[in-house]
Amino acid sequence: MITFENVRKSYGQQCVVRDLNLHIQRGELVALIGASGSGKSTILKMINRLEPHDTGRILFDSHEINSFNPRELRLRMGYAIQSVGLFPHWTVTRNIATVPTLMGWSKTRIGERVHALLTMLDLEPEMYGPRYPHQLSGGQQQRVGVARALAGDPDVLLMDEPFGALDPVTRASLQQELKRIHQMSGKTIVLVTHDIDEALLLATRVVLIDHGQVVQVGTPLDLLSQPANDFVADFVGRSDMGIKLLSLQQVRAFMRDEPPLPQAAIAIATTLREAVSTMVQNRTQSLNVQDPAGQHLGVLHAADVFGASAAPHA
Amino acid sequence: MCLARLRPHMRNLTAFTVRGARAMLLDPLVWAAALLLLLVWFLPVSGGVFHALFPALERPVYLQEPFSELLWQHISLVALSSLVAVAVGTLAGVGVTRTWGQSLAPMVDALAALGQTFPPVAVLAVAVPVVGFGEWPALIALALYGVLPVLQGTVAGLRSVPASVRQVALGMGMSPGRALWQLEVPLALPVWLAGVRSSVVINIGTAAIASTVGAKTLGSPIIVGLSGFNTAYILQGALLVAALAVITDMAFERLARRVAWQA
Repeated sequence: MITFENVRKSYGQQCVVRDLNLHIQRGELVALIGASGSGKSTILKMINRLEPHDTGRILFDSHEINSFNPRELRLRMGYAIQSVGLFPHWTVTRNIATVPTLMGWSKTRIGERVHALLTMLDLEPEMYGPRYPHQLSGGQQQRVGVARALAGDPDVLLMDEPFGALDPVTRASLQQELKRIHQMSGKTIVLVTHDIDEALLLATRVVLIDHGQVVQVGTPLDLLSQPANDFVADFVGRSDMGIKLLSLQQVRAFMRDEPPLPQAAIAIATTLREAVSTMVQNRTQSLNVQDPAGQHLGVLHAADVFGASAAPHA
Repeated sequence: MCLARLRPHMRNLTAFTVRGARAMLLDPLVWAAALLLLLVWFLPVSGGVFHALFPALERPVYLQEPFSELLWQHISLVALSSLVAVAVGTLAGVGVTRTWGQSLAPMVDALAALGQTFPPVAVLAVAVPVVGFGEWPALIALALYGVLPVLQGTVAGLRSVPASVRQVALGMGMSPGRALWQLEVPLALPVWLAGVRSSVVINIGTAAIASTVGAKTLGSPIIVGLSGFNTAYILQGALLVAALAVITDMAFERLARRVAWQA
């Protein structure tokens, strides 16, 4: 879907992105993560040509992005940023309708689209559609920002720290929502973030960037279980890497097919992290595993979790 | 039958006009305008009052030209020069906030500040030898003097538009022209209008000075009064200029409430 080939970008003397090679598949949710000033935002803005690249090639749908008209290119890519940038003098409805209007959709089609998006993002259309941005909470504004970015049904969604300015509770619920949207729509999403937990939670692949260079590309599990170097290990949080690893894996892969024990039970979709927490709380080495209907499925042993957390049972 | 159906509507209509009339009666802008017109009518026949106030003066009421004509001339002069000032200031303000115009910003700022630093009287004095006596030097001086507040309002207004708004708009595929017209202009409008407001109101006061170079304005009684030690003339001119400025300011305030985009 999007390919970087030896891309370089400098501001004057300073090189902000060097020799970037990256291929983003259709349907992936790629998180670009790095410290402030690492060049991750610049990489994102090069995709929709808000920042031109100096050398190398960036391909979108296997065509060099410079061969597109920038406006048409951008209409095919949703764009959401941290400060949201809702147009304060337009209602929520009109804000969301921005791209469909630019694309010349009919009024009824725009109306239906806005209605569907508001519903999908848990905003009652009749109640929130006519409101102005300043009448919404920060989380609701960001929801509208995401809805606006999705409105034109873009091939790619570019998000620049979209949840950075939100409180932890709102952020968590919006992260879940984004995950759901990604799974539902299968859209290609490129997410810039400096929050490693957000990247590990949401991304199908994480691209760790430092000083304009890719340090490691891999699934969240790769980054945690096989960090390429000390920098990666530090970045993903050396001291609680194990805990993070646990939270990426589910009980399903670790349980044994055994009859129930006289122990507490957990659900099959629970993460290992929650399972271990339950074990500690109940002062036990094993737990029964149940399906959502309460049927016994097997037993989880602490020995299996701690013995082989990096390489689960097949 | 037909009449019966119409009656409620008629009642509504009466209610509406009554409410409209009451609103007008309570409207300070209407009162101020009425006061100005009353002054225009009353001053020429107010010989008795001004005789009592200034017993030493032989002719205490300015009668060279009718006040209505002076008022009209004053308004025309202000309207024309403000139109030029607003057009120039707005275009320059939009220009220096574009990417291509940013390098011009310091120069434009300096020029506009220069226009304001020169006292209008000095501009008048310089303009007279070039374009002669009358309305023209006045127009030039007033227009120059009015540019700065408009320019400042335009620039401040456009800069007050959050950068994220423009960034997102362009990032979503809006053209720069459309972003200017649909986003930046409406968002900058209240601050721009505040600039226009002070420009025009200042202009009304400054236009009085234009009488020194032969333009007929509400300043004429003031200038004649100053040169002839006739305080009554000065008072009459000043009253009218002040009333006009206050009314204009109130009208702008009304307009400002309309263009405000935030509740």
